[in-house]
This record gives sequence, C-alpha cells and structure tokens, in this order.
Amino acid sequence: MAEDIRLMKGNEAIAEAAIRAGCRAYFGYPITPQNELTAYMARHMLDRKRTFIQAESEVSAINMVYGAAAAGARSMTSSSSPGVSLKQEGISYICGADLPAVIVNVARSGPGLGGISPGQADYFQSTRGGGHGDYYHFVLAPKSVQEAADLTYEAFDLSDEWRIPAMILADGLIGQMMEGVVLPAERDLSKLPKRSWAVGNQAKQGRPINHVSSINLVPLELEASVRARFERYAKIKETLVRFEETQVEDADLVIVAYGTSARVSLGALQEARKAGLKVGLFRPITLWPFPEKRLAELAGKGKRFLAVEMSMGQMVEDVRLAVNGKAPVDFYGRCGGVIPTEDEVLAAARKILGK
Amino acid sequence: MELAYGHPKSLKPIQTKYCPGCGHGVIHRVIAEVIDELGLQGASIITNPVGCSIWADLYFDFDSVQPAHGRTPAAATGIKRVLPDHLVICYQGDGDLAAIGTAEIIHAANRGEKFTTIFVNNAIYGMTGGQMAPTTLVGQHATTAPYGRDPVEAGMGYPIRVLEMLATLGGTKYLARGSVNNAANIRKTKQYIKKAFEAQMRGEGFTMVEILSPCPTNWSMGAGESVEWLEKNMIPFYALGEVKNTLEEAAK
Amino acid sequence: MTEKTFIAGFGGQGVISLGQLWVYLGMKEGLQVTFFPFYGAEKRGGVARASVIVSTDEIASPLVTTPDSAVVMNMDSLPICEDIVKSGGYLLVNSSLVKVEPKRTDLKVIKVPCNELAEKIGDVKIANMVMMGALAKVTGAIKMDKLEPVLKSFFPESKHRFIPSNLAAVKAGMDAV
Repeated sequence: MAEDIRLMKGNEAIAEAAIRAGCRAYFGYPITPQNELTAYMARHMLDRKRTFIQAESEVSAINMVYGAAAAGARSMTSSSSPGVSLKQEGISYICGADLPAVIVNVARSGPGLGGISPGQADYFQSTRGGGHGDYYHFVLAPKSVQEAADLTYEAFDLSDEWRIPAMILADGLIGQMMEGVVLPAERDLSKLPKRSWAVGNQAKQGRPINHVSSINLVPLELEASVRARFERYAKIKETLVRFEETQVEDADLVIVAYGTSARVSLGALQEARKAGLKVGLFRPITLWPFPEKRLAELAGKGKRFLAVEMSMGQMVEDVRLAVNGKAPVDFYGRCGGVIPTEDEVLAAARKILGK
Repeated sequence: MELAYGHPKSLKPIQTKYCPGCGHGVIHRVIAEVIDELGLQGASIITNPVGCSIWADLYFDFDSVQPAHGRTPAAATGIKRVLPDHLVICYQGDGDLAAIGTAEIIHAANRGEKFTTIFVNNAIYGMTGGQMAPTTLVGQHATTAPYGRDPVEAGMGYPIRVLEMLATLGGTKYLARGSVNNAANIRKTKQYIKKAFEAQMRGEGFTMVEILSPCPTNWSMGAGESVEWLEKNMIPFYALGEVKNTLEEAAK
Repeated sequence: MTEKTFIAGFGGQGVISLGQLWVYLGMKEGLQVTFFPFYGAEKRGGVARASVIVSTDEIASPLVTTPDSAVVMNMDSLPICEDIVKSGGYLLVNSSLVKVEPKRTDLKVIKVPCNELAEKIGDVKIANMVMMGALAKVTGAIKMDKLEPVLKSFFPESKHRFIPSNLAAVKAGMDAV
C-alpha cells in the first residue's frame, strides 16, 4: 500500500488525475499559482501524443476547450482567479451548448490583479454561473491533494454524464502544497462514454449531421432549452450533493467551511473539543449543488452556524439561504491572501458560544 | 447523359436568409462544390462565426460548431487537433476575424493550425447593422463612422490588410485573396479554396482565403451598384491573388 | 504524534528540499504529511519558508502558525522563527551563520554548525541535510532508519551519486545534537 503513495503538489496531482481520467486535450495559459499544472500537462500530454496547447490567452484556451469538447474529446483548462474571469465568456457558451469540460481554478486573492496568495473570493463567480445567462455548473471543492486528484478524476465523469462543465475550485494552498496521494487508475480511452451529439466522423457513423451551438433566436424555443437544462439541475440537486460532517450531531455550534478554510476549521474544532466546547464541522464538497437541505435539517435541530471563509463572506449567503432564518449564522473571514489561523477561528467560536 | 452543372450535395437545397446581392450565398456554394469534388462531405466541419454567416449551419449539409464572437480560430484549433483527418473550415467575417478575434487568428496562423480560414471581407459589420469594420476603407460611411472613416482626426485607424500581415508568420503556408464580383473571379476564388483545402488535407499548415464580398444593404446600395463599388474601391486596396504560397516548396 | 515544523532561510539554502524530503521520509514511514511552501514572485535570493507537518492522525490546517519546532538557517530567519515557536518548543539554529543568541528563554535552543559540518563532508550545499538529521534526532518525529532506500526513491537516478554524502550529512547532524 505504502509504495502506491506518491508525494505530489496539488497542481501536479490534479494534472495527473486528469490524464488518468482520459483528458485528451488540455489548453492553458501561464498564471501563478497554477503554473505547475500547465507544465505537468505539457510534459505528460505530449508524451502520450495527446493535445497540449499553451494558448495566447485564457480566452483562447477556454474556446479551444469548446472546440475540442464539441469534437468529442475529454477537454480541460486550468487557471487562477483573474484568468478564470477571462474564461467566463467561454464557460457560458459551453453551458449554452451543453458541452462537457473540466475547468480548474487554483484561486488567488482579488479583486483585479490582487495577490498570488490563496483566496476563496471566487465563490460567487463559480457557483452562480460567472458569465451571462441562466446557467450553473458543477463546482467541486477539494480540501487536500488526495481529494484534488479524486475530484478532478470524477469531474470528467460527472461532466460527461450530465453534459455540464465541472469546475474544481481549489486555492493557492491546495495547488502549492505537497501531500501523499494515491492516484486513480488510468482510464482506457476507447471505453469512455460515446458522444452521439459531437461533431466529426459523420459519414462513418451514418448519422444525421450535428450542430453544436448555443444560439436560438426563437424565445419560446430558447426558453424550452433553458428549462430542460434546469430540469437536469433539479435532478443533480436531488442526487449529487456531497458534504462531510465532523462531530456535528452533538454540536452546539457548527462551523461551515470548504477547502483550505475547512482544514483550518478542523484544527479549531479539535482545540475546541479539548476545551469542552461542542463545536462541529460541516464541509460542503459540492459548492454547486450546495448542500442546502442538510443545513436546513441541522438548523431545525437547533444548531447555530459559523461560516469561515478566505473572503469577506460569500458562501455564508448560501448558508443563510439554506437556514432560512431558523438559526443564527455568524461569519469569520480573512481576505487578501491571508489564511485564517486555527486560533482565530477558535476565538470566533468562543465569542459566539460565550465561553 | 452526364449532369454538367447542378446543386452541390454539401449545400442544402433551401433558400438562404441572406440579403439580395450578398456574397455569402455564392461563397457557400463554392465551398460546397469543392467539398463535393474532394469527396469530403461526411468528414467536414465548419465553425460558423458570430455575424451574418452565423446561419451558415442552416445551409451546409455537414457538421458545424458555433463559437463565441472572434473565438472561431480557437474553437477550430480545438476541433482540428482532436479530428486531424477532417476538413475543418473556420468561416469568419471581418468583425469576427480582424477586430474582436485578432489575437485568435494571429496565433492560430502562427501555430500553423491545419484548418482553412475563409475570411469574408465586406468592409462593414452586417448583422449588427452597418458599423465600421477594421477593413472599412478610409472615407467609407458606416453608422459608427457617419462622416466616413477618418483615420487621423477622429482616430479611427486604417483598414487592415490581414493577409499581408499574416504573411510574415512562419505558420502560414497559403494565403490568397479572391472576390465574388464576377464569374471569372468566382472561378479563381474556387481554385484558391481548392488549393487551400487540399493543402489542409495534406496537413501542410495554416491556409486562408480572403474573399471580397459585397454588402449592398449596409453599403446602402443596389446589388448591381455594390459590385461596381467593390471593384472601384475594394479591389484597388485589397489586391487580388496569392499573397503567400509555400505549398509548391513543400511539395518538392 | 503531530510535529509541526517551520523552516526558514534564504533562497538557495535548500529550505524547500529540506521540507520536501522531511515529509517524503515521513510519508514512507506511514505518517500523514503536508508541506506548504510560501510561494512568491521572486525566484532566487529571496526568503524561503515552508510549513511542514508529519502526524499519526489526519492533519488539520497545513499552515504552521505555532510550530512545535522551527529551523533557522540564516540570520534573517531568527526573529521570524523565534516569534512563533510554541513555549517549550525546539529552535534549531544553523550556528554557522547565526551568531546572535535568541532572546526567548522558554525555548529549547539547539545549535548546529550546519555549514561547517557540511563542508567537512565536502559540500556546503548539504548543510540542509545536516539540519534534517538534527531535526529528526531532537523531535523524534521521523525515525530515518531506512534512509538510504528512501533517498534512492526520492532522487532521480542521475542524482544517486550524491546519496552517500547526503547520508553522511544526516548522520553528522544526528551526532551533533
């Protein structure tokens, strides 16, 4: 077992997991703190005679993904916050054309150029459909190098199955840190799901011609296609919500945090428990679909909540929506690339509990 | 009895939505004829841009992908890299290619992407209603150049000769400019397209055919007058012919 | 057991490789590990710092803010490390380059002349390995009983010729404390 564990950077583990998931085309553009991911893809995609392009911009990279995905390839791009802003146009088109794709955001701190240190202030952009129009896509938030690899691998399957892009929302800490990771098995490219909607090989397949497009100027038709997409969203919300709970059952105060913030909050929880404080941790793994039902249930059981984020408070809005006034929801956050400490989170919890 | 002339198989037998006198219809037909001649209908993919020719997928009888405005060469790159044995046609207008998508076309050309760009230059924005294009001639009127394109005082810049600009790039192998103003030039344009498609299928590098095309509606002219205007104003500035051809070299 | 260590020095002293190798060794001994470098825009000559944690349990925050042990590889790093080490924790100081005494009196200060010991072995570049030996010995967090095979799997074939000197450096560090 131990010999299967590799010590890897988050960025590299994401890249290797994508290759093993059957990523056939990767398009990127340099930006810190995700550069190791692009460099890893350059070496290992080219080694396998798969497509790697360092594009002229993030805008081009996501539109290359659009083309490659339309042609039926498992496709991916990665970037960090400012670059992901540039990709939003393409993501909107990918969603509008019902294409699968994987987008990785190793987030830093903004707004604007901001800093290169880890941040979680892209939550709104990621979970609301950051571009124009009515749409959502999967958002998966890893807390460790292992989970970054696992979620990236799964993202390709989810995206394929639902024809909705999947975003991995990590941050600079997840991308830059090294941990032990057991990598998933290499997928056989010939056994990936068939794509009857993709362009190419029309004559060979003897099918009617395919058009990949997001345009429809007939309002009633466009409405019908948006509604059909929202029916899929509803099914996803029913079946694919994922979260992790730590000592929530007996907790008076439940910390809600994802990714790096959840790691810090776990440390605060351990200290709190040593001091006899009943603190629990609720960690959303899918940020979209957000685990709103479970949070509502916990609110019904008389818990109160503390959202911890590396932002001025974004996910906390989803916690409040889920709780819907049934329980108090407090917030503690740091921004600008500052990672909160376990002591700070513990102090925030103590203040709320009055202990 | 042999059929000497008929409707190309690669083009659906339906009426287009293009305005009377517009060049897109003829250009579509010429492309379809070449595809038929090369027997590539079942292995062709067109990326139709944002602009009037966004409707190209209604008319061509083969697979299509419709990307964001100006990102057509990026999407075509993704498609061709995944399906290298297909004929990939990157169809673009002057706004799509020479304004919003300038970065995309230059870098696709420089990488030597092995698709063919068909660049329809009518010196105006069509679908949005007659705004100034990067290829609008100096003095030419547009809704956003109401007193004519004024490069100096109004700072509107100069018309861009895209092929001449791309000719300096190592990745470009075949660049030619045709026109659809008369039968002779249409035949020549068809030859350029055929050369480009054949070179693409041999995997030689970036190929592009620019086609001067009338837009009577947004030029505020009749169809006949627009052809005369094209001949008198566009052809002298955008010289017809092969701007770059290194295909023979490669064939040796 | 959880050992949280903060390592600081200047770029080029092998702070990053020390941290990476430390957690790699921990991982090979079956521990949970995490390594987080402070990444910046500078490439060389700047400050190099890393948070490393090895533990028998799941690791919470990868960021070490109150270390159990801190490694001070140069003068500039002394105040940074001295500030944050927990009371009673270890402060391992590269005494070849750090010539002042720490101000705090509640720390276990371990002085290791890393550069001198490394030079004696023949290469000042392995001063970081000397420090790693000392860190393993005083914290007991990593046994390092199978060092040679682990180093062989860590370094690529082309670097295997440096393994004997690395082993000697680690041993020198262990013996020095």
